[in-house]
Amino acid sequence: MNAEQTRKAIVLAAIWTTLVLAPYWMVPLGGYTALATRVLVLGLAAMSVNFLLGFTGVLSFGHAAYFGLGAYGAGLTLKFLALSTPLALVAGTLLGGLCGAILGTLIVRRRGVYFAMVTIAFGQVFYYIAFQWSSLTGGDDGLRGFSRQPIDFGLFKLDILSSANNFYFFVLFCFALVVGAMGFILRSPFGRTMIAIRENERRSRFLGIPVERHIWIAFTLSCFFMGFAGALYALVNNFADPRGLHYSQSGDFVMMAVMGGMRSFWGPLLGAAVFVVLQDYLSSITVNWMSFVGLLFVLVVLFFPRGLLGFIQRSKA
Amino acid sequence: MNVLEINNVTKRFGNLVAVRDVSLSVAKGELCAIIGPNGAGKTTFFNLISGFFPPTSGAITFDGRDITRLSTHQRVTLGMARTFQITEIFPELTVFENVRIAAEVAGGYRLRPWINRSEQAQIHARVEETLKLVSLETKTDRLVGELAHGDQRAAEIAMALALKPHLLLLDEPTAGMGDQETYQITQLIRRLHRDSNYTIVLIEHDMRVVFHLADRICVLDQGNMLAQGTPQEIAANESVQAAYLGNAA
Repeated sequence: MNAEQTRKAIVLAAIWTTLVLAPYWMVPLGGYTALATRVLVLGLAAMSVNFLLGFTGVLSFGHAAYFGLGAYGAGLTLKFLALSTPLALVAGTLLGGLCGAILGTLIVRRRGVYFAMVTIAFGQVFYYIAFQWSSLTGGDDGLRGFSRQPIDFGLFKLDILSSANNFYFFVLFCFALVVGAMGFILRSPFGRTMIAIRENERRSRFLGIPVERHIWIAFTLSCFFMGFAGALYALVNNFADPRGLHYSQSGDFVMMAVMGGMRSFWGPLLGAAVFVVLQDYLSSITVNWMSFVGLLFVLVVLFFPRGLLGFIQRSKA
Repeated sequence: MNVLEINNVTKRFGNLVAVRDVSLSVAKGELCAIIGPNGAGKTTFFNLISGFFPPTSGAITFDGRDITRLSTHQRVTLGMARTFQITEIFPELTVFENVRIAAEVAGGYRLRPWINRSEQAQIHARVEETLKLVSLETKTDRLVGELAHGDQRAAEIAMALALKPHLLLLDEPTAGMGDQETYQITQLIRRLHRDSNYTIVLIEHDMRVVFHLADRICVLDQGNMLAQGTPQEIAANESVQAAYLGNAA
C-alpha cells in the first residue's frame, strides 16, 4: 500500500467510524438520533444527485421527483399492499428508478440549461399528480396512515419503529449498501466513461463512447438510488409529502451537493449534514432559516468553489 | 485494398458549399496530407470523414463498408481515430487515466461495472506500451492539463492509438507549436507511419512537415479538390505552388 492508499483507507475508516458511532456522540452534543438518520437519508439523496452532477457533469434540477416517487412508492405499499418494510423499499426504488429510466430516454437528448429545464418540467408533472390525486396520495396533506414495520429475520424481529437507534443502524446499513454500489460503479470502466463525459464530451464521443446512452444509464442509476433514498425518507417520517417531489426540493439536493463539494464522493454527505443540522437548529429560532442557509451557500460558492470537502482536501494537498 | 474511399462528397451549410464533390482514396499504410488555405474546407472534410455531421451528398466507405450515415462512435468502433486542431483531452485526469479510458473502450469494457485482474493487467500493459510509443512513459502520473502543449498533443495521439485504429486522422498536429515541439511530433508521426505502418490522413499548415512526411498530398481550395499527387508532383504544380506554397516549397 502506498502513502496515498493508506491516507484514503484512514479517511474511509474515520468516516465510517463517525457514522457508526453517530447516535452516541450526537446526543451529548445536543443532537438526537433521528437527526443523524435524516442526515444519512438526505445525504444519500444528495450523493445520488451528485452521481450525475459531479461524476457525469449533468445537472438535473428535477431529481426530487424520483426521491418523492420513492417515498410515495414505499408509503403506498405499506398502506395498501403489504406491511413489509423491505417490500416498501423495493417498491419505492423501482417506482423512482423506472420512471427515471423512461423519462431519461427523452431527457438525455438535451444538454446544459435545456437538460435542467426538462428535468424540472417532468419533476413538476409528478408534483401536480401527487398534489391533485387526493384519493390516492392524500393531496396537499400528504400520504399518512402508514408506518415502518419491524424487520422479520425469522429467529428475531428488529424493532425499527420504536427504537431510534435500531432504525438508525438499519438506515446506515441501507446507506452503506447503496454508497458501496455507487463507489463500485465509479471505479469501474463504466464509471470512468462517466468521468470522461464530464471532462470532455467531444473527446468521449471520438473515443467511441455513445455519450447519450451512457448519460441515460448514469441518469437511470441515479434515479434508482434517489428512489431508494426517497423510500427511506418515507420510513423516517412515516409520511410522504408532495413537497418532496417539488423542484425546490431538487434545488436543496443540488445545494447540498455543491456546498459539500461535487467533485468529491463524500462531499454531498457533508453538505447534507450542514444543511440538515442548520435547518434543525435555525428553524427553532426563526422561520427565515433558509436565508441563513442561503447565505452560507453563497459564501461557500464564492470562497470555496470546490465545496467544503473540496477545500479541506485541497488544503491538505 | 483502400482503407478509406470518399466518393463525390459534398457538404452544404445553407447557401455555402463547404466541400464540393470531393473524392479521395487512401490505401493501407499510406500517409496522405491535406493542405489548403484557411477556409478551404479541410476541417469540414475531416468532420465528414469522422462523422461529426453527415454529407449532403456522396458516399464514404471505410474498410469496404459504407459508413456515410454512421455516427461518430460507430465509426470509432470500426477503427477510425481522430485528433483535433485544438487538443481534445481530459485535462483533469492523469496521462495514464486519459489513455486507459481509450484502451478500455477499445477492449469492449465500456459498459462493464467491473474489471478483473487479468483484464486490468492487459489494459495497463496496453496503456504503457502506447505511452512508450509517444515517449510519455515518464509522465504517466502527471495531469494532462498541466503538461506542455506538445506533450498534450502526444497524449491525444496516444488516446487515438490506444483505440487500435485502422485509420488515424490528425487535424493540424503541429498547430501552435515551437520548432522543437514540431520536430518531436513530426518524428512521432513518422515513426507511426514508417515503423508501425499506421494509415494516416493529416491536415497540416506547416509545409516542411507536409513534405517531410507525406506519401501523397491533396490540395483543397474553396471546397474543391484542386490537385492530388506525390510531394514532387505537388511541388512542381505551378498553380498550387503559386497559390498555396509560397516560398516554403
